[in-house]
Amino acid sequence: MTEIVEAPAGYSGHGFFTTKLEDAVGLARKNSIWPLPFATSCCGIEFMATAASHYDLGRFGSERLSFSPRQADLLMVMGTIAKKMAPVLRQVYEQMAEPKWVLSMGACASSGGIFDTYSVLQGIDKIIPVDVYVPGCPPRPEQVLDGIMRIQELVQKEEFGRRKSPEYLKMLEGYGIK
Amino acid sequence: MALTIERVTEKLKEKFGDDILDITLNYDFMTYTLKRERIVDVVRFLYDDEELKFQFLTTMCGMHFPDAKEQLGMVYQLHNMIDNVRVRLKIFFPLEDPNVLTLTGIFSTANWMEREAYDFFGIKFTGHPNMKRILNIDEMDYFPMRKEYAVEDATRTDKDDTMFGRE
Amino acid sequence: METILDIPKQEKEYSYLNLGPTHPATHGIFQNVLKMDGEKVVDAESTIGYIHRAFEKLGERKPFYQIPPLTDRMNYCSSPINNMGWHMTVEKLIGAEIPKRVQYMRIIIMELSRIADHLICNSVIGVDSGALTGYFYLFEQREDIYEIFEEICGARLTTNIGRIGGFERDFNETVWRKIEKFVDVYTKVLGEFERLLNRNRIFVDRCVGAGPISAERALNYGFTGPNLRAAGVDYDVRVAFPYSGYEDFDFNIPVGTNGDTYDRYMVRSQEMWESLKIIKQAIQKCDRTGPFHADIPDFYLPPKEEVYTSMEALIYHFKIVMGETDKPIGEVYHSVEGGNGELGFYLVSDGGRQAYRLHFRRPCFIYYQAYPEMIKGGFLSDAILTLSSMNVIAGELDA
Repeated sequence: MTEIVEAPAGYSGHGFFTTKLEDAVGLARKNSIWPLPFATSCCGIEFMATAASHYDLGRFGSERLSFSPRQADLLMVMGTIAKKMAPVLRQVYEQMAEPKWVLSMGACASSGGIFDTYSVLQGIDKIIPVDVYVPGCPPRPEQVLDGIMRIQELVQKEEFGRRKSPEYLKMLEGYGIK
Repeated sequence: MALTIERVTEKLKEKFGDDILDITLNYDFMTYTLKRERIVDVVRFLYDDEELKFQFLTTMCGMHFPDAKEQLGMVYQLHNMIDNVRVRLKIFFPLEDPNVLTLTGIFSTANWMEREAYDFFGIKFTGHPNMKRILNIDEMDYFPMRKEYAVEDATRTDKDDTMFGRE
Repeated sequence: METILDIPKQEKEYSYLNLGPTHPATHGIFQNVLKMDGEKVVDAESTIGYIHRAFEKLGERKPFYQIPPLTDRMNYCSSPINNMGWHMTVEKLIGAEIPKRVQYMRIIIMELSRIADHLICNSVIGVDSGALTGYFYLFEQREDIYEIFEEICGARLTTNIGRIGGFERDFNETVWRKIEKFVDVYTKVLGEFERLLNRNRIFVDRCVGAGPISAERALNYGFTGPNLRAAGVDYDVRVAFPYSGYEDFDFNIPVGTNGDTYDRYMVRSQEMWESLKIIKQAIQKCDRTGPFHADIPDFYLPPKEEVYTSMEALIYHFKIVMGETDKPIGEVYHSVEGGNGELGFYLVSDGGRQAYRLHFRRPCFIYYQAYPEMIKGGFLSDAILTLSSMNVIAGELDA
């Protein structure tokens, strides 16, 4: 029988398979992440190339790009975020439902990039918590896929109750997110 | 006979005489420096005149010369597409009185370009339908392209200058 | 009995729809608030500046050879054209003489990036009207163009290709082979894409009549490029003010009639065929060996081996990098035919290390003002298609 994904560690017998619930849920979640492409500039074009047929984001389970934050799991911020855009980004992040992850693609989203100017936000981690940073200007599609695979590892290892734990809530408070 | 730049200079001198303060050839662009009040009349003349027909506004931008007597300036570039002739017009005015007449009556494209000049330099255009900032946030209280301001954000607190020898 | 349809005309209530700044159909971030009467658009107001990165201010800070990373990121779908435009501006300022072979090589790169830009625009018009297949077919070819750029300069998208005076390295065998192969393969793929969409009943019904603009209004709004040519005016900077050897090439300028979405789509499609024609002619005219940069030691870095061995080269290297070379004082304006129209560079130099004032004439910024006028009276779905057919790139809009 062909294996589409690697099974988590568990005990199997004739007609049954037991494993930890967290592992099973993590397995299901990591192979069906629905990203929200928050594309602002050049990194958006490299994302279009990643989603196209040559590099194919769809084989990781992200075939359906959700443009509505209510239906998305992963917020991919691609491109420069100016100070004018920051409240919009914050609003989109707050509208997403838990569990949610954030991937910052490109140098501009991670730290302001080459634009050390009066109008550019020097990194989106000033306003929202970020899980994975993908550096590059723009990063190659292989780097983006590597970033997505690291998000997948984070999703797999996510414990239940993490989103309600005091450390997580304290971190959110640090950003001013309720 | 196709229009030549010498004919343009001739017609402008004959109609506006003293209002043209300077005429220079910069590389391949003839540049006319005018008195600030006459800008709309000159552009209207260049637009309407049968022979001149400069009916395309290529671009306009603001300038700031902190060392000059009249610190702020505006540069306009017009294009006659039929005879393929281009001209540049310049006006200068002091920092304390940055008011210029708007060109939106002649060219609809001047709308956003004038807003950009206002946003960057603080040049106010009398008669503009929507004089507010276009590219920066509305709450910004200074005009960033003026020479006294640096390109970096002055309110930034997390940059460690000792690391880069910038003390 | 009075029903909802009997409401008299004065009592009409308009609804306001906010399109953007983040929206799947807007390619870039700009906001439009549409005033709607049911499904028809009555008025619109645009807000831009969501990605303002202060390029003109940065231009006053950086020396001339550090400006290409900025110009790259203006119209990032066709960044080599922006870079070449900047190099030509500086060459005009210093009065440099560029060898013919370099000019033809530049033309090949510029036409390849023009194809890349129009390819994105056309496939995205397809995506916005529901035809996703074309996007996958054409993006595969964009990967081929990326490979050619990578072979020359190392980067795919924001290339920083070329130097003031020419190129950083000669085109090697692989590059020429890839270019020739691309021309063959792309001819077939573009033909296939056109068979999918050009005469497709659904596509034509959606696009014809969507977002029209007349030639007079387009000229008054400062349109240039494919949008102006779709309205009927055949202004192309490559023909009006030829640069970099374009006068030696034989190509046509496709022109539309109504200035609506279908015309813009067809003009871009035809321009891709013309670009292929130009590339084929350039491949013939270019020798495989020869100079790949002009002889301007004050601006073009000497080869590294010479820097380590000869004193003169070391001094030149030092002077160029530290910005101590003498630059003429003056102001120059040069424009190139970018993917979206006349991309102009107005450079005022005071002889110092960096420019005194650098202004970019960005075509997207200028023609996007006309968007509210173009969609008035049309339906919401036409407004979306008009936006994607105008090819507004946010990087060029806000700069």
